[in-house]
This record gives sequence, structure tokens and C-alpha cells, in this order.
Amino acid sequence: MRFAVPLLIFLGLGLLLFFGLDNDPRKLPSPLIDKPAPAFTLPLLEEPDQTLGKDDLLGQVYLLNVWGSWCVACRTEHPYLMEIARRNEVPLYGLNWRDRPEEASRWLKQYGNPYTAVLADQAGRTVIDFGVYGAPETFLIDQKGVIRYKYVGPVTMEIYEQELLPRIRQLQEDQS
Amino acid sequence: MFPELGQWSLILSLLVAVSLAIVPLLGSYLRLEGWMRFADRATRVQFALVLLSFVILTLAFLQKDFSVAYVAQNSNTALPWYYRISAVWGAHEGSLLLWVLILCGWSIAVSLKGHELPLAFRARVLAIMGWVSTGFLAFITFTSNPFLRLFPAPAEGRDLNPLLQDPGLVIHPPMLYMGYVGFSVAFAFAVAGLLDGKLDSRWVRWARPWTNLAWAALTGGIVLGSWWAYYELGWGGWWFWDPVENASFMPWLAGTALLHSLAVTEKRKLFTSWTVLLAIITFSLSLLGTFLVRSGVLTSVHAFTSDPSRGLFILIFLAVMAGGALTLYAWRAPRLVVQQPFGLFSREVLILAGNIFLVLAMVVVLAGTLYPLVIDLLGASKISVGPPYFHTVFPLVLTPLVLLMPMGPFTRWKQDEPRRVVKLIWPGVLLTVVVLAVFALQMHQWSAYGLLAAAAGSWVLGGTLNYFWQRQRKARERVLGVGQMPSGVVGMILAHAGVGVFLLGVAMTESQSIEKDVRMAPGEQVELVGYQFRFLGAQHAEGPNYQAEQGTVEILKNDQVIATLHPQKRMYVAGGKPMTEAAIDAGFSRDLYVAMGEALGTDGAWAIRVYYKPYIRWIWLGGIFMLLGGIVAATDRRFRLAEQAVALREQKLALQEG
Repeated sequence: MRFAVPLLIFLGLGLLLFFGLDNDPRKLPSPLIDKPAPAFTLPLLEEPDQTLGKDDLLGQVYLLNVWGSWCVACRTEHPYLMEIARRNEVPLYGLNWRDRPEEASRWLKQYGNPYTAVLADQAGRTVIDFGVYGAPETFLIDQKGVIRYKYVGPVTMEIYEQELLPRIRQLQEDQS
Repeated sequence: MFPELGQWSLILSLLVAVSLAIVPLLGSYLRLEGWMRFADRATRVQFALVLLSFVILTLAFLQKDFSVAYVAQNSNTALPWYYRISAVWGAHEGSLLLWVLILCGWSIAVSLKGHELPLAFRARVLAIMGWVSTGFLAFITFTSNPFLRLFPAPAEGRDLNPLLQDPGLVIHPPMLYMGYVGFSVAFAFAVAGLLDGKLDSRWVRWARPWTNLAWAALTGGIVLGSWWAYYELGWGGWWFWDPVENASFMPWLAGTALLHSLAVTEKRKLFTSWTVLLAIITFSLSLLGTFLVRSGVLTSVHAFTSDPSRGLFILIFLAVMAGGALTLYAWRAPRLVVQQPFGLFSREVLILAGNIFLVLAMVVVLAGTLYPLVIDLLGASKISVGPPYFHTVFPLVLTPLVLLMPMGPFTRWKQDEPRRVVKLIWPGVLLTVVVLAVFALQMHQWSAYGLLAAAAGSWVLGGTLNYFWQRQRKARERVLGVGQMPSGVVGMILAHAGVGVFLLGVAMTESQSIEKDVRMAPGEQVELVGYQFRFLGAQHAEGPNYQAEQGTVEILKNDQVIATLHPQKRMYVAGGKPMTEAAIDAGFSRDLYVAMGEALGTDGAWAIRVYYKPYIRWIWLGGIFMLLGGIVAATDRRFRLAEQAVALREQKLALQEG
């Protein structure tokens, strides 16, 4: 009987992988899409005595990028965010997740700061409200504060141009 | 025209693989000699066909044939020729083709070297390797055809991922695959043994050098990967506990356990079922690694284009191979159990204990790697397990291993006296103290973790040197062989010493590194542990397929310029991808590392990162020692003698029967 133990463990593992495959977070549409973004009011990373909330951002189409200095994939994503910021087609806000403020600031100094402003979510409450699977994740939010699209994993120029930019343009046109 | 030929030969090779998987296996049960001998022929044909496909794909790259989609996606006219060759395995389709090519290479080596093995056994081993190649060839043919045409052909390709345009990456994947695939030999032996219902110790002895070589190649692959990440990713780290790295580390840990277990099974006919299980686990982990990398189940720095349908295919394949082998194991392994007396304090028990901790370490890595999946399934919010988890748990599992390591070689098989071993070990303790003192004196900042890790490294290195010294002395006393040690022992000493060197490197790098991020205008300088880094400004530079801003940084010690470094910030033309190219002044006892961040302001100032990394080279040096150890051990004369003995017996048998 004990010789069957490895087989049983393997079967468990296989099931896990099978559902993992099915559960590919990139394929799963967020239940929050086309729903109003959860309300948040968070301190700014660089000026913790000031806060920024969802209501302050109403009236514009913007990207909200969830990141942390501990997140390896965020580093690969970072140069693309710099490029997106340089192109100045859409404001990019950062949501710094469970990070030590000094490390987050150091990261921004070191690699450059692509964000219009960075909100610090040290407790991770807002990130949970947003249903984030893992960093990095990027949300596209419209003028009325409704989540229109979400991308899981590092954004690249390709993804920006093919997935994000057309939607951003569309939303911006709707406004004007 | 040629690409179609490549595809045809790939499809043909799949057919050959299918027949290789079936015919010899049937032959071994029906006792049809011709069917069994078919295994050797099919192996050769399969190798030739896959090699042809591979050569054709390489030619398509060299000739810049952008009508082939894979070529167009992964190269371009400006790419230098050597990167056009390495681009063959720069992405999914080609790297799989390389995987299969290496598998066919191992198969043909087994077929050529294996004429000493009993025919039925060899036929089964080759057939099982045929199952593996069938799976992978079908995978390539049905989901990842590298010869797919583009119509109309683009005039220019998209360029190889700039991260992969690097000499380290030219040899990293082939080495890694050599290791992954090499474990298929041990796997095939184990499964053939289960089919036979017995695992002769002569066959175990025969399987050992193969496993040693596979292990050495995997070690080399991991070392190269770590070295590459260090200088190419520009973050100054050498290991990130990234899923793709873990995917190669898990088979390494299981493979290390397998090496040791094989030794016990050969020498003492013990733990046979455990050895067989380890062989199955090690190769299954290699397949799992492929699954994790290719399916996109987990996100990673290395993320290749991933595709769930491919993931499903590999998962089914994994289920057939590993699931099948483990079912066979559950059914047949009880027959492999041989009762042999052994004492509580003996080499076999120490090795078994070491093995348990190695497997435990593997489980720790596996759990950390798959954890995000479990959390996803439970629907909870994801908590990041990254370095913090591994840094807490891994040393705990590693400690007993480190303690055991220098003791194993001194301990006798069957039964030994702890007192005798302690007596032999104490010079090692002295050496440990000396080595530790040497390194502790070089620590310029207090770190308990650093000291503990350095103590671990010193203990392993000191203990191993002590063993080497005592063994030498004993050999000289006996005048026998005049200090000649069997290469198996030399290999062991090299590999164990390598672990010590590695641990010392980790201890120093992790606890004593200094990193500074500074804004530097031309002419400004910054000091780090007695080194002055002077920034002289950045100029525009152009490479074959990229544009760059190249900084110049002089490093001074005692007002003498000791190095001039040129870190770059590159922008690859075709993909528009930015890359940081760090510049490193490498040294035996320290690396000085400079990377450029962003341009700041208009006065030519840049954000510059400088690192001081003591003994980081020792991390890879230790790996190289282990690699050499694996190769040296594989050349042990005993293995060859064993082959000859088997061959002799075979011939006699044949004479008797004839």
C-alpha cells in the first residue's frame, strides 16, 4: 500500500495543475469589469499626509497599475511603463501594494517614476477590493469611475498598443 | 522548399518514435529477437531525422528565411550570425526541437554504449525513451510547428528577445536540456526494472555514470542561468526564486538525491524501490518544469509566449508518463524490496537521511512554486511568496544536510562506530575554524545570518579537505596505487568541496554586499568600501541592432585607476525594447558592478547604481566544482570494468545457448 502513496500524491498534484490551467488568471475576466471601481482613499507614497481617492480621479480616463518593489515581474514591466508615461496618452496612477514606503521610493528614484501619482496601500485592503490576483495588474478606469478593462501580468508595448490604447481612445472619444 | 523537408522529416521521426515505443517493448515480451533489435535501428533513424529537421531550421535562420514564421518572429537581418544560430532555441518551438534532439542524442548513446546490456533490457530502456520522444515530437507536430510558413513573407523579422542576445544564453538552454533530458535515461532504467520486476545491481552500476553526466549538465545549466541573470538583468542578483529557476532547481535536488541513492543500491543492494522512485520523480520534475515554463500557469520573469492548449498537452503527457510509471511502481515496487541488515549508524543511513532532506528541500521549492495556484483555487487573495518564504524555510532544511555532508564519506557501510568517525573528523573541525576565521575577518558589517552561512560553508569545505587529506595519507601508507584515488571518490570530493565554496560565496555576497543608487553628473564620484566610482558622462553608441547610451565610469583605489567600465542603456531597434547592460569589474574576491538607470535633467546626469559584491564569483565557482565532480565521477574505471564484465557474461551465455 505504501508504494501507492507517490501515485496518490501525483494525482493530487495533477488535478491541481489541471485546474490551474483552467484557472489561468489571464483568461478569466474580472467580475469587476464594467462595474464601478471599489471606493478608495489612500495616502500618497511620496507625501503620506495627503490622500487621493476615487472621487478625485473622476472625469478622466486613467490606468491604475498595481505594483510593489518586491515584485520581480514589475521590474520587467517598468521600462514599458516609462515609455507609456513618456507618450503621455493617458494618465498612469500607481497603486503600491504592501510595500515599505522607503523601498518603494527608492525604486522610483532608481528606475524612474512613470506615475502621475502613487497611492500607498500598505494594508493591502484596496488591492483586495480590486480583486487583484498578483502584481503587476493594470486596470483601465473611465470617467465615471467604472473599471473597463484589466490586464494581469506585465504590460508590454504590444499589449499597450493592442489591448489598452484602442479602448483608451474609444473612452476618450466618448467623452468629447 | 527546405522548410517543408524539415517538417516532413519531423513527421517521419514521429512515426519512427511511435514504432520505437511499441515494437521493441512487444518484442521483449514475445521474445522476438528481431523486434528487440529494432530498437537500435529505430533509435538511429530517429536521431538522423530529428537532426535533419534541426539543421534545416538552423539553415532557415542563417539564410534569414522570413517566410518561416518562427524565423520571422525571432530574428532579423541585423542580428549577428551567432545569435541567429542561438535564436533557433530562443523561443518555444525551437527549444522543444532542441529538447527532442538532445533526447535522441541520449537515446543513441544508450544504444551505442549499451551493447553490454541484456538485449531485452536494452530494448525496453530504448522503448521507454521512445515514449518520451513520441510525446515531445507529437507536441511539436501538433501544437508547435517551427516550420509554419508566413505568406506573404515579411521583408524583416521581429528580432530575438534582447534579453536572449547574449553569449550566456547561447549555451544555457542546451546545457539545461542536457540535464533535464539526461535524467530520462535513469527514468527509462527504473521503468524497465519495474517491468522486469527486478533491478540487477549491475544495471544500476551501468546507469550511474549517465545520471552523473545528466546531473553535471543540469548543474552547469543552472550555474549559467544564474550568471546570466546576474549580469544581464541588471539587478545584481544571482537567484530570484522565480518559477522558471525553481523548475530547474527541483529536478536538481531530486537528481542529487538520486545520485546518492544509486550508490547505495549498487553497493549494498538496498533502497532499490527508493532509488526507482527517485528516478521517476527526477524525470517527472523535468517534465513538470517544461510544463510550468510553457503553459503560462505561473507568471515569471522569463515568461515565454504561453498557451493553455500547449499546457494541457504537456499535462496529459506528464500524466501518462509519470502517472503510468508511478502506477507501475505501486504495483511492482514491492518485488524490488530486498532485506539486508544494516546498522543504525552506517553510511547507508547517513545517505538516506541526506536524501530525505534533499527531497524535503525539493518539496519546499515545489510548494513555494505552486502555492499561487493553490491560493487561486481556494479563491483567496494572493499573498506573495517570494524570497521571504524561501529565505526562512530553505536554510532550515539545508542545515541538517550541511551537518551530514562531511560525515558521510568517513562512515563505513553496514555498521560503524560514531566514536571512530568523530576521531577522524576533528581535523576537519580545526580546518573549519580556520576557514571561518579567514572569511569572518573580511566581513565589514555584522550579520548573524552571514556568519552562520559562512560557518556552514567552512564546515563543508573544511570537512571535505580533511577527507581528501586523510584519504591521500592512507593511500600513501599502503603504497597501493601511490595516492591514486578512484575517480568516483575524486568526483565526490570535488562536488562536496564545490558545495562548500558555493555556501561561502552565498554567505559573503548576501550579507556583505553594498548597493548605492546615486544621481551622478559628469565628473562626480561616489565611494564604496574604499573604491571610488567616477562618472565621466554618457555618449551615444550604436550596436548592430540597437542604439545605446553608453556611460563611462572609472574605478579608483588609492587614487589609482583600476578599471574603466562602460555600462549601457540599450534600445533595440526592431522591438523598441529597452535593456540595461550592466558593466562589471569581476574579481576573485569581489565584483564591482555598475548599471545605468535613467537620464536625469539636462546636465548629463544619470541615475547610476553601483554595487560591491564580495565573493560572488564563488557562487558559480562552487557550481563549476560540482559540475566537474559529476563528470569526473562518471569516468570511474569501475563503471567500465562493470560493462566489460556484463559483456563477458553475455558472450558466455550466447555461447552456451548457441
